[in-house]
Amino acid sequence: MSESHLELSGVDIEFPTPKGPFKALDDINLRVDRGEFVSLIGHSGCGKSTVMNIVAGLHQATRGGVILDGREVDQPGPERAVVFQNHSLLPWLTVYQNVELAVKRVFRKTKNRREMREWIDHNLALVQMEHAAHKRPDEISGGMKQRVGIARALAMQPKVLLMDEPFGALDALTRAHLQDSLMDIQADLDNTVIMITHDVDEAVLLSDRIVMMTNGPAATVGEILSIDLPRPRDRLALADDPAYNHYRHEVLTFLYEKQKKVESAPATARPETNQTPPAAPEPARAATGEAGRKARETTA
Amino acid sequence: MNLSLKTPGAIAPVVNLVRGENRREQVDILFRTFGLPLIGLVVFLMIWAGAAAKIETSLGQFPGPAQVWHQAEALYASHVAERDKAEAFYERQEQRIAERLADDPDYEPRIHDYPGKPTFFDQIITSLITVLSGFLIASVIAIPVGIVIGLSNKLYSAFNPIIQILKPVSPLAWLPLVTIVVSAVYVTDEPMFDKSFLVSMITVVLCSLWPTMINTAVGVNTVSSDLLNVSKVLRLGWVTHVIKIVLPSSIPMIFTGLRLSLGIAWMVLIAAEMLAQSPGLGKFVWDEFQNGSSDSLARIMVAVLAIGFIGFLLDRGMLALQRVVSWDKSAVLR
Repeated sequence: MSESHLELSGVDIEFPTPKGPFKALDDINLRVDRGEFVSLIGHSGCGKSTVMNIVAGLHQATRGGVILDGREVDQPGPERAVVFQNHSLLPWLTVYQNVELAVKRVFRKTKNRREMREWIDHNLALVQMEHAAHKRPDEISGGMKQRVGIARALAMQPKVLLMDEPFGALDALTRAHLQDSLMDIQADLDNTVIMITHDVDEAVLLSDRIVMMTNGPAATVGEILSIDLPRPRDRLALADDPAYNHYRHEVLTFLYEKQKKVESAPATARPETNQTPPAAPEPARAATGEAGRKARETTA
Repeated sequence: MNLSLKTPGAIAPVVNLVRGENRREQVDILFRTFGLPLIGLVVFLMIWAGAAAKIETSLGQFPGPAQVWHQAEALYASHVAERDKAEAFYERQEQRIAERLADDPDYEPRIHDYPGKPTFFDQIITSLITVLSGFLIASVIAIPVGIVIGLSNKLYSAFNPIIQILKPVSPLAWLPLVTIVVSAVYVTDEPMFDKSFLVSMITVVLCSLWPTMINTAVGVNTVSSDLLNVSKVLRLGWVTHVIKIVLPSSIPMIFTGLRLSLGIAWMVLIAAEMLAQSPGLGKFVWDEFQNGSSDSLARIMVAVLAIGFIGFLLDRGMLALQRVVSWDKSAVLR
């Protein structure tokens, strides 16, 4: 493969703070193929969302960059639609109007009124929300809002669908239901998806590959795990599947042994985490100690 | 209970009471919505009457509720009488012109205005027109400026100090400046507005700009960053961004500002009219004060109550408008 669909190369990001620049991400490298479902997993505060914001164009990388289909990403745009963690629907618009806002923006030159209406209805049907098209966000449940958020993103017909902990704020049953819906939709549309999550089961169930991130500051890609489970995947059948449990175990080991989260510990506690994957470049590790102390001071 | 969902507001408990639903609860609701305010009013009137009887002034005893009510009736009666006189005046004038035209077809009639003094109710109307035009102009300036300032942190930092300094300036300080500037600048042969009207209106504008401007700017500045990200991802244009995202989310703050502004406008207007001697309720109070008859105090009290009541109605009006405009119908507005 000569040119990949989406490529992050050498992405660093530094945020200015009163105590000097704070390096949140260090040398992130990742290639994503068309139609691939990639999860980013890591402890909270490790910069998963920052990676996604860089791909979305909401943040600019300090060094390195993102290339999507041969073009550099330098600003946000609808070809990289985002499903936000807290749905971010406009509360003064109905479900239909929320999707319409996106559709009008993306297809105003290519679709006429009737085609747009059909397209909006089609996308609402995809997430099974046609029945509530004329309700406002405060009249529907959290799971329904997230469905609409997904419909709005899908309706933009993005090259890459970015999902920032899309089901993080939902209860376990609703989450499972939405994960199944998402797998069905994904089987139909074969989108390229990057999903942020902190839920190990969710990551293994949905992904083709899981990108595990080291703890911040100066977080980077720790390990990448390919999930070779046949689709369609069934959560009940997989529960007793040795391969599935092996993958789960791999991720859990990474998160709770190799990258054990040390809450507000002194910098000396860091070496423990230094025996992380050989994949990660050595300089990144070295930077962790000092920058880490700085960061903890600023966040304290 | 089903019915109470459909019948509007205050009537619901009465209807439910008649239907015999939940008697105790309905009586309780009625007592709270009508009984308690009534008791408060009666207590207030009693304290007023008691205190008034003890205050002896150079113009006689301080008026109690009874005298004030009497004067209110008298003011209304004189208003009706004045209207009748005015009608009669115009009728006579028309008659005379018609007779004159019959004699001499070349006669160009000149219609004279009725020369009588404006009544209390005329003054109220004048004051309302002045305050509403001032408030309208202030809002038309303040809201767009607030939006532009609120959208940019740099502009906000640049203009905030000026606004904060001009905001607390008393109308009485502006008034002399406005009077002199208006006399110098507004020079025409056929004035469309009275100078006194312009002076009080511009003073109202100068004082009621700031709360709306500040609140709009803050409302615009604090739009949720999630919604801003949605706007960025969709690459909405500036106009769509303002109309679809910024304005709806700042509606509550804008209305808070508008209500503060209207309250200030009304207070400022009365002071401005008093000092500028422009027609309106303020002038009515001042004239009565200068007049110093035995009825004057009671008449001023009528004006005081009218000013308060109109101020209250103006605020309720803004609240009603907010209910119409606001997207969040479930929000409790008070």
